Amino acid sequence: MSRAYTRINADARSPVATTPGNGRATQITLEHGAGGRAMRELIAQRFVPALAGPAIDGIGLSALDDGAALRLGERWLVVTTDSHVIHPIFFPGGDIGRLAVAGTVNDLAMMGAVRPLALTCAVIIEEGFALADLDRVLRSLAETCREVNVPVVTGDTKVMGRGEIDGIVLNTTGLGLTDRVVTDGGLQRGDRILVSGTIGDHGLAVLSAREDLGLEGELRSDVAPINELIAAAIEAGGVDLVAMKDPTRGGVAASLHEMAGKSGVGVVIEQACLPVSQAVLGAAELLGIDPLVVANEGKAVLAVRAHAADRVVEAMRSLPLGREAAVIGTVVGDHVGQIVLDTGFGRRLLPEPVGEPLPRIC
Amino acid sequence: MTVGGESTMIEFRDAGRGHALAQALRRAVDESGRERITVMHVCGSHEQAIARYGLRDLFPERLEVIMGPGCPVCITDTDEVDEAVALARQGVRVLTYGDMLRVPGSVMSLADAKREGADVGVVYSVAEAAAQAVASDAPVVFFATGFETTAVATAAVLLGEPPAGFQVLSAHKYIPPVMEIVAEMPGSRVEGFLAAGHAATITGWGIFDDFVAEHGRPVAVAGFEPLDILAALCRLVEMIARAEPRTINVYPRCVTREGNRCAQQTLWRVFRATGGLWRGIAHVPNGNLRLRGTYARYDAREHFDTSAASSPSTAAARALAGRCRCGDIMSGIATPADCALFERECTPEAPVGACMVSSEGTCRIWQQYGVRSGNGDAAVLGVCPRIP
Amino acid sequence: MCLGVPGRVVSVDDNLATVDFWGVHREVRLDIVDEPVAAGDYVLNHVGFAIRRIPDAEVTATMALYDELLAAAAEADLLAQDVRSELRANRRARAPTKAKRGTLE
Repeated sequence: MSRAYTRINADARSPVATTPGNGRATQITLEHGAGGRAMRELIAQRFVPALAGPAIDGIGLSALDDGAALRLGERWLVVTTDSHVIHPIFFPGGDIGRLAVAGTVNDLAMMGAVRPLALTCAVIIEEGFALADLDRVLRSLAETCREVNVPVVTGDTKVMGRGEIDGIVLNTTGLGLTDRVVTDGGLQRGDRILVSGTIGDHGLAVLSAREDLGLEGELRSDVAPINELIAAAIEAGGVDLVAMKDPTRGGVAASLHEMAGKSGVGVVIEQACLPVSQAVLGAAELLGIDPLVVANEGKAVLAVRAHAADRVVEAMRSLPLGREAAVIGTVVGDHVGQIVLDTGFGRRLLPEPVGEPLPRIC
Repeated sequence: MTVGGESTMIEFRDAGRGHALAQALRRAVDESGRERITVMHVCGSHEQAIARYGLRDLFPERLEVIMGPGCPVCITDTDEVDEAVALARQGVRVLTYGDMLRVPGSVMSLADAKREGADVGVVYSVAEAAAQAVASDAPVVFFATGFETTAVATAAVLLGEPPAGFQVLSAHKYIPPVMEIVAEMPGSRVEGFLAAGHAATITGWGIFDDFVAEHGRPVAVAGFEPLDILAALCRLVEMIARAEPRTINVYPRCVTREGNRCAQQTLWRVFRATGGLWRGIAHVPNGNLRLRGTYARYDAREHFDTSAASSPSTAAARALAGRCRCGDIMSGIATPADCALFERECTPEAPVGACMVSSEGTCRIWQQYGVRSGNGDAAVLGVCPRIP
Repeated sequence: MCLGVPGRVVSVDDNLATVDFWGVHREVRLDIVDEPVAAGDYVLNHVGFAIRRIPDAEVTATMALYDELLAAAAEADLLAQDVRSELRANRRARAPTKAKRGTLE
């Protein structure tokens, strides 16, 4: 099983993906789970056609959004599901239990459902897994649910043989209602791009712990439910808050590619405006990794009409989890589907990330 | 309080000074009166920095900056990757640097082998690989890649007499000889070289004097912050325009004439230089660093069968490698469009040559951003395409 | 080709230094560094080994070299002169290590 952190897109039913083995896709590789182009293509080319069903009134699998939205009278029922695999399961700033709740609550919030109704929790455990560790994971999961005030209403438990799975896998499904669905598309020229806080914290903290890189400092995962933060942003932005996405695997770069691609626009990002914590800056320099391609677990990328951008930033900054919120870029009409990074020296294209970032020597 | 690294880096990332240096560079190119000036950097980290800071956007139109023999990862030969994969598939624990994991051999990469169940791990430092060997009863093989800068670290660990279970599969490379190869490529338009600052930290800049004398082309030793690169290009263009080839050290904070003697002694006590293939470039005499006989007890090639079982696919891969035109692309006499393999047999998922392996390689960029032959000059100019 | 990262030595214990890289600490071996290293020194780290003690004077000298280039260009170029004046004015107000945030226009 993957030792890399893998989370499945909303509606995809399986935590594995396919792979190009020397050009010809015969097997799933880790790249298929890394949140970049390989994963998007896998879902679009295999899952969507295979699982095509009757048309629904709302947003379904083919939209490849953070979750689905089904019409329920005047309102929308938002459904999302995530599988969580992470190594190590306890990491600086959090653990797999907190991650499972935050990931699903945040996916609901990205669709506009900021007050989750209920979660389900399915657990697959490896034979030999310590009960003390299980208790610790469950305590953390329950504590995070209390933070959000959401109940776990049903679940499932399976045990697999030693070596058949890497420790523990959690799957959480979330349900929530909203009056207005926010998608991850619909960007228009002139819109501003915002992030809700510092970027790259989760991925670098986990990488550093997993590979035992010997880094000491304030590298901590940002894993947190941000539904209240998003509620504040929606309240401030109203219909001018156009789109949202949580920049998990593949980081802000992958989210921007997805948003730009779906909207048929380009995005220009100002490097100097990217909020990056001191520790992430240091770790990123040491390891040669760009914080833009590193996973976050308590952040959002938002697209907001220009005149409302400051209002939304201020609303987020007024909350503890949004103190570092910032406008980082602008939507443009050219460079369709591409992300342009203005470095202060010059401009360059920001490629779509491929695979998990790893420490470099060159 | 200043944070470690600040004064030595931030200052050299000052965009205001960067734009002023870019202005000076444009002036130098203009004053040369030349239609075109072509220079090459011999270092993947220079390309990384140029891309990261978007410096190509600042380069004058008439200045071509070509990516040379690239990073040690992308020029690690297919055969060497195959050796590491063969060991991993035999059930030996193989550790390596992160950027080596996804580099394909003739059949698969170490990441592919890992997916099949092989025991493959990533380390930040060779010292951690040795520490894992200390803690393990089974042998641990470190797949050692990188230029002399990285090889000295491997050498230092071996001088420390780690347990015999620590085995090194050396794919280390030595830069000075490949500069000779590149300088002698027939038809090459390259008029000057940006030398790799961190390799020169070890070797010293004095070693380039003979190169300059022999080839009549100037060398500027450059660091890796944006101002370092812009300033070095200024000095290089000046030398080319005045036809005064010399070696100039534009990175004095890290490079001296003599280099790091302690590191040199460490390097040559453990390694010897021997000829070998560099992926997609050439057979480079003295370009490979291999363990000396006195360290044979740590040499994985002495203790394991590293020969990959030859199969139709390895033979096919070798035949493909023979048709790769990376060398011509690097010397500026061909573009990816001139290569029959480009986007057919050679893709980012299944790269043949170094230019497709590297994320900053010319072929990879062409493929990724759809740069085409109609824009040939721009592509040679811009490993990273300019943004209109 | 070789990712070298400068950091400031926090403490030295025989062959090992604890080095501060922008707030993140890591152990760096001193086997192959060119000069003796003490707390407060800057070193260039590559894969966990210091390969160079970076003397303060050389940092200053490198920047002076670049300023010389600018000065030479400026002598003949009034436009660059403007940039230089601007630089002088901003010399003390260096870019903060932490990204500044603001609204884009």
